[in-house]
Amino acid sequence: MTIREIAKLLDASVCIGENRLDEEVEYGFASDLMSDVLTLKDTPMLITGLCNVQTIRTCDMATLDIIVIVRNKKVTEDMIELAEDNDMVILSCSYSMFKACGLLYEAGIKPLY
Amino acid sequence: MHQEYTVIEGDFVNAGKASSSVKKTLKQLNVEPAIVKRVVVALYEAEVNAIAHAYGGKVLVDIDSDKIKMVVADKGPGIPDIALAMQEGYSTARPEVRDMGFGAGMGLPNMQKNVDKLNVTSEVGVGTTVEMEVNF
Ligand SMILES: Nc1ncnc2c1ncn2[C@@H]1O[C@H](COP(=O)(O)OP(=O)(O)OP(=O)(O)O)[C@@H](O)[C@H]1O
Ligand SMILES: [Mg+2]
Repeated sequence: MTIREIAKLLDASVCIGENRLDEEVEYGFASDLMSDVLTLKDTPMLITGLCNVQTIRTCDMATLDIIVIVRNKKVTEDMIELAEDNDMVILSCSYSMFKACGLLYEAGIKPLY
Repeated sequence: MHQEYTVIEGDFVNAGKASSSVKKTLKQLNVEPAIVKRVVVALYEAEVNAIAHAYGGKVLVDIDSDKIKMVVADKGPGIPDIALAMQEGYSTARPEVRDMGFGAGMGLPNMQKNVDKLNVTSEVGVGTTVEMEVNF
């Protein structure tokens, strides 16, 4: 499904990355643990509750570039700036990690493991 | 090509500055994306360790036509038992570090997985040096 469809499904706002909304997403990975994100060989969409500049930096290092922040955490200006510099997408939704993942799984987003 | 960076204790906001700059350089040099990812992930893990577990230090990077060498040398408490630290799951990370999403004890094993050569030397009370090489 496309990033636009994902945003709609999760009732999420697009913090940055409007230009990429028609891109398809196939895989998802959910974690608050950046140590874990750094061990991924693939580059899925990340669903996370960890909302700080290190989340974005870690994704950049791991070449993950689509990030869904759950539970309405405040996406800061410096996060948006870093994401913009690296052509990343940040969506922010109010749903819990559990609900967001459930909806995405049901809609056909595939797990890595 | 030689590059040097400084990392500062507890400076998580800037953790990854060296790694992102290396990422850009390697991209410009048209290094294969999968190799860039291995290099950058390993360097970032080492950078975060110098910030999280030590008092900061230096990152030295040398890029050749066929490989990259990276050295992350910190001043810090050192690692008393390197073999133990290399084990997956071993971590002494402080709560502040865990709050940033780190401290699962996966960094050193992950460096090992991503690089072609890894050498960790450490002196307790002085500091730790992580040397890594990745062939292109
Ligand atoms: N530069 C260093 N100086 C002092 N101790 C270190 C250093 N690097 C690693 N260590 C020690 O080795 C342990 C394991 O490091 P490792 O990178 O594998 O895991 P971590 O940093 O604790 O967690 P993660 O990397 O998963 O976020 C650390 O918790 C720390 O005790
Ligand atoms: Mg570590």
